[in-house]
Amino acid sequence: MDFLLQNADTIIWIAVAFGFLMAFGIGANDVANAMGTSVGAKALTLKQAIIVAAIFEFAGAYLAGGEVTKTIRKGMIDANYFTGQPELLVYGMMAALLAAGIWLLIASRLGWPVSTTHSIVGAIVGFAAVGVTTQAVNWGKVGSIVGSWIITPVLAGVIAFLIVLSVQKLILNASDPFEKAKRYVPFYMFLAGFVIALVTILKGLKHLFKDKSIELSLVEVYLIAAGVGLLIAVIGAIFISRIKVDKKENKEYQFASVEKVFAVLMIVTACGMAFAHGSNDVANAIGPLAAVVSVIQNSGEIGAKAAVDPRILLVGAIGIVIGLIVLGSRVMKTIGQKITHLTPSRGFAAELAAASTVIIASGAGLPISTTQTLVGAVLGVGMARGIAALNLGVVRNIFVSWVVTLPAGAILSIIFFYIFKAIFQ
Amino acid sequence: MANSILDMFASSPIRPMQDHMGKVHECAKQLIPFFKATIAKDWQEAEKIKDNIRQLENDADDLKHDLRMHLPKGLFLPVARTDLLSLLSKQDKIANISRDIAGVVFARKMEFPENVHADLLGLLQRSIDASKQAYKAINELDELLATGFRGREAALVEELIEQLDLIENDTDDLQRALLFKIFEQEEELPPVAVMFMYKVIRYIGDLADSAQSVGSRLEMTIAR
Repeated sequence: MDFLLQNADTIIWIAVAFGFLMAFGIGANDVANAMGTSVGAKALTLKQAIIVAAIFEFAGAYLAGGEVTKTIRKGMIDANYFTGQPELLVYGMMAALLAAGIWLLIASRLGWPVSTTHSIVGAIVGFAAVGVTTQAVNWGKVGSIVGSWIITPVLAGVIAFLIVLSVQKLILNASDPFEKAKRYVPFYMFLAGFVIALVTILKGLKHLFKDKSIELSLVEVYLIAAGVGLLIAVIGAIFISRIKVDKKENKEYQFASVEKVFAVLMIVTACGMAFAHGSNDVANAIGPLAAVVSVIQNSGEIGAKAAVDPRILLVGAIGIVIGLIVLGSRVMKTIGQKITHLTPSRGFAAELAAASTVIIASGAGLPISTTQTLVGAVLGVGMARGIAALNLGVVRNIFVSWVVTLPAGAILSIIFFYIFKAIFQ
Repeated sequence: MANSILDMFASSPIRPMQDHMGKVHECAKQLIPFFKATIAKDWQEAEKIKDNIRQLENDADDLKHDLRMHLPKGLFLPVARTDLLSLLSKQDKIANISRDIAGVVFARKMEFPENVHADLLGLLQRSIDASKQAYKAINELDELLATGFRGREAALVEELIEQLDLIENDTDDLQRALLFKIFEQEEELPPVAVMFMYKVIRYIGDLADSAQSVGSRLEMTIAR
């Protein structure tokens, strides 16, 4: 441990670099998934999508990213096993970051759809179980995370299914879908704004408020969230009111015009999705980084309640945005051609459901995978007969890759763990 | 970088279905100028149109094969795969019959008696109306998808299909009248030619029948 403390700055910078690599991978790969539906449905252009993603990923990571971090860092492994040998936690977390970051880049290069959350969970469990002792792993917590892998896609699927049905019932099956769309879409906007605002205040801003000793009662929180939702709905309604029925494009029904209304809604949900993604996935990069930094800054003491340094959150947030701009734009470019038959009304249901699920789970502190919720949501839309065709073979591959990623992350992190141990001791 | 989430969205069979029906209807529509050319005994023009019909039928076949190949078992579709495939076969039949009609009439340089020309064109027009109506119904497939194959849009398609049935009824009446007119002058016409006239008229009736079965197949597809 003495060696680490003597070179504290260097070690922290190395850890920051690894954390940044991980965040870069998240931005490069995952964000394209999160934004894919909007670009595919032509609700956003490529450029707009990148701008929206950059702003809201950053905001999500910075404002609401603090909560999940704790689960990754402290929930999954038992800190008590490291009290005598805190350096092992430092090596391990650095190994986990490097392993997950590299695995992410390898998999992306090979075109495998891996989850950033799975990589980091596998990596942390791997070094803890093999490098320290299997008892250091809080298997109950790991079990609940594994359970969330089943629960979250199902939850997202059910929410998406219900949204599609409600849209069909309220708007598309009405005799005047365009008028109905104008009337009901602001309500969906309210819903999206409300959920996002609620979780941001309850979970993300809690720490900020505590520092400034601001106390909000639950009623006040709900009122503020409702206010934010209302504001978004009103702004959306103003944009919607500018849309006119295009007589030429319409047949018996006004679906072409209806879709334009949904396109406005989809911009809102795309923002929500980016926000949700940022708030959840940034934890994968900064959780281990925060652990390293707090151990070193506390001279080897593993604090029971170390707050996440906002500067560390910033590293994760910036890493995601840079990864998105550098590599994510390339991925997104291909999206426009890939999801040709996704209309805004169908895409929005998938996105709102995925965003809500991620935000809810993120609020509950579960490090769920955005990839999984999106897959679940898309399947839900499909079940509601909202999408023309889904490739089940690909869905199966995605499931397989979820399973493969755990051991891959674990093996890599074990290797790096022993390398670091050899170098620094 | 590959992105498998996006690969989850398989290419939609809806658009190709509509494209196929569009091609098929275009093929059937050519029969009007074709018959007008044969009536005017402009066999050069008739040959040109016949070749065009053949080409359109080939194009429709290509679309059909393409669609079949793109519906592997691993696809999750909003409608039953079997429904979609048999709807496709019914659509394809319209093009096949059109090709056969043009083929027989041109190969035998058939000349219908002058007094049935108007009736013949009338029957043909009505049969093509049926094909047009089927095309119209198939064109609603994307809207049907948006509404989850339920509700008002489904009712609208039901109505289109009902109208299609009425059109097909008309063609039955027209066909009967035309057959009787030829029967009346059967003895003055070369026997083999008359045989083929009956055959061609039956074919034209089949054209409307096929259009109708596209409608009923579509009805079964949305009825689940």
